[in-house]
Amino acid sequence: MILGLLKIIVFPGFMFLTVYGLLFEYLDRKVHARLQNRIGPPWYQPLADFLKLIGKETIIPADANKTIFQILPVVSLAAVAAAFVYVPVFGKASIASFQGDLIVVLYFLSIPTMCLFLAGWYSRSVYSTLGSVRTLTQMFAYEVPLFMALLAPALIAKTWSVTGMTAFYAEHPLYILINIPAFIVALIAGQGKLERVPFDTPEAETEIVAGPLVEYSGRLLALFRIAVDCELVMVASLVSAIFLPFMTGHAILDFILYLVKTVAVLLFLALMRSVMARLRVEQMVHFCWKYLTPIAILQIIVNLLVRGGLGL
Amino acid sequence: MSEYNRVVIPIGPQHPSLKEPGCFTVTLDGEKIVDVVVGIGYNHRGLEKACESRNYIQIIYLLERICGICSHTHTTAFCQGVEELAGISIPRRAAYIRVIVAEIERLHSHLLWLGVAAHEIGFDTMFMYAWRDREAVLDILAAVGGNRVNYGINTIGGVRRDIDDSLRQDILKMTDALQEQVKYYQELALTETTLAARLAGIGKLSGEDALKYGAVGPVIRASGIDFDIRAVDPYAVYAEIPFKVITDTHADVFGRTVVRILELLESIEIIRFCIKNMPDGDIVTKAPRRIPAGEVISRTEAPRGEDIHYIRSNGTERPDRVRVRAPSEANWHAMRHMLLGQYLADAPITIAAIDPCFSCTDRAIVINSGRETELMDWPRLRQYSIDWYKKRGIDVASIKIPERRMYF
Repeated sequence: MILGLLKIIVFPGFMFLTVYGLLFEYLDRKVHARLQNRIGPPWYQPLADFLKLIGKETIIPADANKTIFQILPVVSLAAVAAAFVYVPVFGKASIASFQGDLIVVLYFLSIPTMCLFLAGWYSRSVYSTLGSVRTLTQMFAYEVPLFMALLAPALIAKTWSVTGMTAFYAEHPLYILINIPAFIVALIAGQGKLERVPFDTPEAETEIVAGPLVEYSGRLLALFRIAVDCELVMVASLVSAIFLPFMTGHAILDFILYLVKTVAVLLFLALMRSVMARLRVEQMVHFCWKYLTPIAILQIIVNLLVRGGLGL
Repeated sequence: MSEYNRVVIPIGPQHPSLKEPGCFTVTLDGEKIVDVVVGIGYNHRGLEKACESRNYIQIIYLLERICGICSHTHTTAFCQGVEELAGISIPRRAAYIRVIVAEIERLHSHLLWLGVAAHEIGFDTMFMYAWRDREAVLDILAAVGGNRVNYGINTIGGVRRDIDDSLRQDILKMTDALQEQVKYYQELALTETTLAARLAGIGKLSGEDALKYGAVGPVIRASGIDFDIRAVDPYAVYAEIPFKVITDTHADVFGRTVVRILELLESIEIIRFCIKNMPDGDIVTKAPRRIPAGEVISRTEAPRGEDIHYIRSNGTERPDRVRVRAPSEANWHAMRHMLLGQYLADAPITIAAIDPCFSCTDRAIVINSGRETELMDWPRLRQYSIDWYKKRGIDVASIKIPERRMYF
């Protein structure tokens, strides 16, 4: 019981998630900067930003609904932390798992986006309202291909649990090759989920200032920022657990492998962020429905055929 | 869509996409722009009025500060006009130096624009690259004039600083390195898909409309009209320099990008030609303090387009009137036309595509006193402002300015 709690709160749960999230933000910013021929921030910069924001005054707009305005960042962070429980980090198994936890993880991952939407909506500012509408529009675009891309491998693995899928693919590493299209779709749609360039329309700085978070400041903004960092870790972990499930069977080695895999995913996401321009929201929707969704559907059909053909 | 779905969004006067204050009140129907009010005039500094109380040499330094980017072009236009009034012609070497500095300035202005435009569409990597390369250009400008943006090259009757041999080598070295980079940007702009997706078809302005609204510079050239003061009304030594007027037929933001990138390459060629063919000799001739009475219009091609200076002299050492029509001022008129029917996401890049310079534009405000307008002289204008504040309970005259602190 106590060990379970420690696992959830300290390692490999919440504490690890936030520390790794800050480290991820540093890596992301550093790589982004180096690709842009800049020096980039020192390693402690994300933490320093976080601490500085914590110490700043929190201003709540007079028109905003105070309770919801304050609760949203916490809910957002909590949802990501809850989702992280079901992803294997240290060793083969996650902290908790059950048949169907993949659906729960996807559900938890939708909550931060909804929180962002509500945050913008309840801020009662034109910029944030517009950002909220864009957040929601974008969500309808990437959510479908992302879910389908993550569910397709489950068809072959015949399990709807993240841990189960990791275990299955670790035993049959060659099956991963079938899932490569879904892997690419998941990475691109994941970039949309994380609202990063080229899919950062909801917070497009030069158009609508900061989108949904325009009225947030101080502690609340710090919480939102850390939630975003954790979401980055979460998406990288989920993608690497499902699509890169190479295991050695040794817990510490697996943990190092986990770090390597997630950092590799992050590097790809940072590269994508550096070499592209921001798409318009309607271009983003077109792209997701025209290209990503058909590929994801095709992947599901292929996986069903493979499953039938191999008699799994 | 009904009227109820409309949202009014102010872009500016404080907005991250605008580096200077200007207010675009955008009415949106969903994400589509249905109405725009272009509000400028936040940056009025009374420069033209201030010119009337200064002598011609002092004015040069004042006009150099009209714009933070194209400072050289304004002084060139002014000095040219005054030289025409005074009936003096400048040494050929001075004219060459003016052209070299003007073209280096164009390099730095266009690179700055390229960076800003990339930033507006969220392509920060290109922003950083363009500005990194711009640093090399600024270093050369600092070596030429001792300053990064206000180089103080021009004076009436010629230029103040010479470009010696070692500096010429440095400039050539810089242009060689820059040419490689600009070719890379050219390739990038033409092939990178997200960039093309964001730029093509945005801010359409047909050649006909461009003429109707009186657009100038890269904006009109991107609409297929070869209007360039350097070719139309050659000043300095542009008549001797072989160069192409870059035009493009896209008539949108993409076209304006292509025009600017190609102009960078063309400017590099002009600089090389000038450096090679620069004659020896004086760089300045003596100019009189008092300029004979008369009026003159002087035009130059600033990086942003046609820059017009009107000078009226009354035979004293101070001008009667100086009027500056900066290029951005001409380009604002087409802005509403370009923005209507677009997505909000494209508004910042459309605004940025004319390379707006708000401080260039904002020259005069009209005080609406009710029935009639009047002309005020400097002391009365000063009194007016003091009274204006007094009426609102602020006694400016009572504010004590603290004694200047001494540091030595």
